Amino acid sequence: MLTTTIPGVPAGESADAPRRISARIGPSDHAFRLVARAGGAAVLVIMLLVGGFLLVRGWAALQVAGWSFFTTEAWDPDSNNFGVAALLVGTVLIAVVAVAFAVPLATGTALYISEYAPRRLQRTLVSLVDLMAAVPSVVYGLFGAYLLSGKVIYLSKWLSTWLGWIPIFRVVEGGQPVDPRDPLATMSVYSSSTFIAGLVVAMMVTPIMCSVMREVFSQAPVGEREGAYALGATKWGMIRTVVLPFGRGGMIGGTMLGLGRALGETIAVYMIITPIFEINWRVLQNGAISVSALIAQRYSESSDFGLSALMAAGLALFLMTLVVNFIASAIIARSRSGAESEA
Amino acid sequence: MAGLTPVETAAPDDEAVPRPTTTIPAPPADSDVPARPRTIGGTGEGEAFPVLAAAAAAVGFTALLFYQLAPLSGALGLVVVGYLSFLVFYTVLVAYENPGPAVRAKVASVIVPSLGFVLLAALILVVGYVLVRGWESLKHVNFVTQDMSFAGPLDPLTVGGIVHAAIGTLEQIAICLAITIPAGIICAVFLSEFPGTFSRFVRTIVEAMTALPSIVAGLFVYLSFILIWGHWAEAHLPERWQWLAPGKSGFAASLALSIMTLPIIVRAADVVLRLVPGHLREASYALGASHWRTVWRVVLPTARSGLATAVILGTARGIGETSPVLLTAGFATSVNLNPFSGPQVSLPLFTFDSVKSPEPSMVARGFGAGAALMLLVLLLFVLARVLGGRGPGNLSKRQLRRRMVASYRDARRFAERSRSRAVVPDSAPVPGGDSEERHV
Repeated sequence: MLTTTIPGVPAGESADAPRRISARIGPSDHAFRLVARAGGAAVLVIMLLVGGFLLVRGWAALQVAGWSFFTTEAWDPDSNNFGVAALLVGTVLIAVVAVAFAVPLATGTALYISEYAPRRLQRTLVSLVDLMAAVPSVVYGLFGAYLLSGKVIYLSKWLSTWLGWIPIFRVVEGGQPVDPRDPLATMSVYSSSTFIAGLVVAMMVTPIMCSVMREVFSQAPVGEREGAYALGATKWGMIRTVVLPFGRGGMIGGTMLGLGRALGETIAVYMIITPIFEINWRVLQNGAISVSALIAQRYSESSDFGLSALMAAGLALFLMTLVVNFIASAIIARSRSGAESEA
Repeated sequence: MAGLTPVETAAPDDEAVPRPTTTIPAPPADSDVPARPRTIGGTGEGEAFPVLAAAAAAVGFTALLFYQLAPLSGALGLVVVGYLSFLVFYTVLVAYENPGPAVRAKVASVIVPSLGFVLLAALILVVGYVLVRGWESLKHVNFVTQDMSFAGPLDPLTVGGIVHAAIGTLEQIAICLAITIPAGIICAVFLSEFPGTFSRFVRTIVEAMTALPSIVAGLFVYLSFILIWGHWAEAHLPERWQWLAPGKSGFAASLALSIMTLPIIVRAADVVLRLVPGHLREASYALGASHWRTVWRVVLPTARSGLATAVILGTARGIGETSPVLLTAGFATSVNLNPFSGPQVSLPLFTFDSVKSPEPSMVARGFGAGAALMLLVLLLFVLARVLGGRGPGNLSKRQLRRRMVASYRDARRFAERSRSRAVVPDSAPVPGGDSEERHV
């Protein structure tokens, strides 16, 4: 049997201790350290101030309203009758419609850019997608309110004609279901709906999702790609078995990131919808609401307590967005580390 | 590559060692394996035919359906039906000649690019529509040289303009950048250079704040700066300090924009700084540079183009935001150069306010302002692409040339110094060129 013998420490000498490594820090480094820490701390303080202020002021309204804050479908803070039930449902519905349109579009575009597009086109396409993310939201609002809503109402009518048996596609006016086949019926029941707002928001969040997905798709390992080809896969077979499974984390994370953005969108939504304060599950029907649109609409006429109530609604929106974003970044981070295989 | 090329060794007896060669075995005579590599999807040669045929069939089918068989209408429906029927015809056509997987690959190679095309078309539609409708008012020179102080909603487009809104936008974004660029970059440097519990905490909070909806940032400034601070200042501050509490103003708007853009810029800059290769830093430390010198001379210059992109994209985001400005800037119809007093309108706010009006000329002005805003963002975006978009350490041709000139100069300097040292061998060792104190 092999043994290792460690030579004993000669008597009189102390046992082995790691050598101390120390560096002298000069005055310029001290100053640098101080400035950097101060900068970090300043940003931290600003951010905590915003969050804390939101929490404190919102809390005042929450205490008055109690649990009914989450179940009331009205917004009348001065008579103590207010709650976010309709607001949160409306916000989430707009975001869900947006994500439902944006995900296929973003996935397809990301796959096209990373897999199908000729190499010299790639950079241009990436720039164009980034440009689309930078277009101001008020411009999307203009487009949605003046061009899109006039065209989309026909699509809404078509959807409610053929899919009206699904509750969310039904359209009701004055308690009576509207018959989409009635040629005399007015088209105005289809205008200013959750559906149209969702479509416009979809155009705003698609580029964000697309850039996350494209990045993850292009990181799919070369070895596995070539392995799939070597086993006789077609291009689509390779994408289905290598690129999409490797990019799944990025797809989910990118979707959540887009969802977070869709939840907070204000101006484009505000320009399109007709605000109502009851839960409206019927996405094709006139009338919708979101938390941010409510704040934009009510802040100027609010009393002091009304502002606290708006703060509470803003807090609820912020928390929702926060949770969605954190889940998104956790998923994206994990998918990145998982995608690194030896190529 | 060097490993693959056979190395010619001067062997003592050339005939004994044959040159290494690669022999490709000839395919057997009865083989039906083609010599060309197999196609793996996509449209290769001879494959445009089914696409064209399917397109022709789809056009005919859709026209028949819409104008003869069923009373359908609407441009959107026409396109959708046409596209779906094209897909069906194409699938049937390629299914005649190909096995299942190849059919799926071919259909996918048609669907995926068309999804990308839809997104591109949407972008072109948005930009084009707003530019075309905005041109109606942008073509009048007065639109970019006058403000709205003498123009009512009923006045024609030959009176009044957006110069007050443009000035407001530029001033607000300038103040916002003056706050966010130093704070953002210093914070990002802190996050990447001093890792630890505290910086992890700061990073988490900053990441959380990127989720803050912009309208909530506006609401925060409205409530804290305009209402609470404004009331307090009115009651307690002396007359000459009153400008610190201007109420609804350009400064309040830029505060709201700063709160919104600061986390975005910190996060983007942090990502860029973390991409700076570690060996560059280590080389700098090994040459005896201090921490501060390393950051200033190595890390920041390496990441410069990425940092510029981060800042410019944050600016583009901030310039186009309407909701924080809506709550904090107030509304004015004339030029207000002082951001610290009185309401100051900006381009997105002007757009938003104008299109709410029922008057067509006001709506046209709104579109004009929207188009102007979009052109501004476009300009910023092009600037970001020209300045940056490269990874750290990736240099443009001109930068490479400049580096090369600098390093020739250094080489010459070193050569001269060693020559002068050789001439005077007894002189004391020359200390380093610069008197910079070396630590670490």
